[in-house]
Amino acid sequence: MADVLAFVEQREGQIGGGAREVVSVAAQLASEIGSSASALVLGGPGLASAAEGLSTAGATAVAVAEHEALSEYNPEAYLPIVINHLRSGNFRALIFSASSLGKDLAPRVAAELDVPLGSDVTGMEVQDGVPLFTRPVYSGKAFARFSIDADPAIVTIRPNVFPVSDYNSEIEVSKFIPDVDPEAWCARVIERKGVTEGAIDVSEAAVVVSGGRGLKDPENWGVLEELRDAIGPDTALGASRAVVDAGWRPHSEQVGQTGKTVAPKLYIAVGISGAVQHLAGMRTSQTIVAVNRDPDAPIFSMADYGIVGDLFEVIPRMTETIKALKSED
Amino acid sequence: MLNNGGIDSLNVIVCIKRVPDTEAHIRINETGTDIDNGGVKYIISPYDEFAIEAGLRVKEKMEGGEVSLLTVATSEAQETLRNGLAMGADKATLLRADSYMDGLGTAKALAAELRDSDAQLILFGVKAAGSDQQQVGPMVATLLGIPCVTEVSSFEFGEGVVTCQREIEGGIEVVEADLPAVLTITKGEYEPRYASLKGIMAAKRKPLEEREAEVSQPGLHIERLSEPTTRESGCVLEDSPDAVAELVRLLREEANAL
Repeated sequence: MADVLAFVEQREGQIGGGAREVVSVAAQLASEIGSSASALVLGGPGLASAAEGLSTAGATAVAVAEHEALSEYNPEAYLPIVINHLRSGNFRALIFSASSLGKDLAPRVAAELDVPLGSDVTGMEVQDGVPLFTRPVYSGKAFARFSIDADPAIVTIRPNVFPVSDYNSEIEVSKFIPDVDPEAWCARVIERKGVTEGAIDVSEAAVVVSGGRGLKDPENWGVLEELRDAIGPDTALGASRAVVDAGWRPHSEQVGQTGKTVAPKLYIAVGISGAVQHLAGMRTSQTIVAVNRDPDAPIFSMADYGIVGDLFEVIPRMTETIKALKSED
Repeated sequence: MLNNGGIDSLNVIVCIKRVPDTEAHIRINETGTDIDNGGVKYIISPYDEFAIEAGLRVKEKMEGGEVSLLTVATSEAQETLRNGLAMGADKATLLRADSYMDGLGTAKALAAELRDSDAQLILFGVKAAGSDQQQVGPMVATLLGIPCVTEVSSFEFGEGVVTCQREIEGGIEVVEADLPAVLTITKGEYEPRYASLKGIMAAKRKPLEEREAEVSQPGLHIERLSEPTTRESGCVLEDSPDAVAELVRLLREEANAL
């Protein structure tokens, strides 16, 4: 029977929350089209034990490719292993996360298999056995519902949008050691600089604390960093276009139409007035909080909760309140 | 600074897309599967402008070689290509496709054109501001069997290689790729230049060729476009110590977000 395959990511040998989302979507789709969900994960030695936990996300089988050269992502190492795995079975659909890895790898897999790819999916339903997906276009100013007339149907799903289900299935873990020949790669990672351990991309974080012009000076970002640290590990900093253009923050943090589109569970906009392009990039967030001095700032029209006031007073107080709350847990 | 790695000159092809202005208000037309073009201004996708800028800087550094633009689109994209020529590109090719193409179809049409090219560097914007699929660049590289580095914020040349910086989670990753290579460009250091009046005049005389694209049947079908559900604005409080405590309580108990 045709399977639904979830491509699962590991970082530093750990399988994170994003993996459970991808597997849950695969399991949901599988149950609606009457098949089963399996997973594929690539990484360094010792990964197989970490993969067993995917049973509770709904996978009935997981294939684990272990090799020293796979512990860090290289598309040229990963692509042939994914393709071989797909050819070894009968897959109706393949789900990736729309993470930076997924956005890099999924198009290569699709091109190699000569099938289309639906990117950054935020919704899914099955009608008469046909999966229909929804994705934002024009940076969220419209949504497109589409079908994929190919086997397998490949999509990437936007992080933090789909619920993670709790299953209780048996899982069959099969470990294999693929042939990997780094000598044959035409592109090689030669260095990673200043990479903070555990840092996550703004497009993948569950909580985003975003700063704009209202912070007045790049030196003031400490107040946002403290709030980020108080909220917890799955939190990233974002930035408005204005402060990126001013060189205060790196472009990798920019949220909006010429930066990244984000959909975290919680988006906190601090000192951001809310240009159309910024709003387009964060409007699918589950809960939006705005803190701004100007009660007429457009960001408030989109916020679920807002505080009109001086961010330099509001944010430290918020940080302290959250810290106190977390210490009670 | 661009290191030329002993290479005297090389040809660059920048693949671009015509998209609605990012300021444009998007309305769905009566077919329900496309947008209403009425009153919408079209531009070069902003990310593709970064790629054009990157290509022009290669040429300036090398003091030789050509920067060519390539697009798959309707004939209306001639105007878009002229805008890119006005920035300083040397020539342009429009592969005409009048029917809807999915990302793979676009990639195949581009790859068919690029297969016999002598370009050492093929640049894309990291994604098109419109479809936002972020897929055609790596698809083209895969179809051509050449390396692809995505989300590149700066690059320089070495002996037969291009060394790229990528902005990743909290840091920088340095990737070296053999030439020829496909790079997808983020803004990084490539703030696009404005076309000068002289550039705009010169663009009118630069070669712009239009040909039929190799069209393949799309496998991804748009069933319907819809407008996003509007968000109701919620609870906005004036600042006070109680307001912050109340906000945090609501976030935890009502929104379940903390």
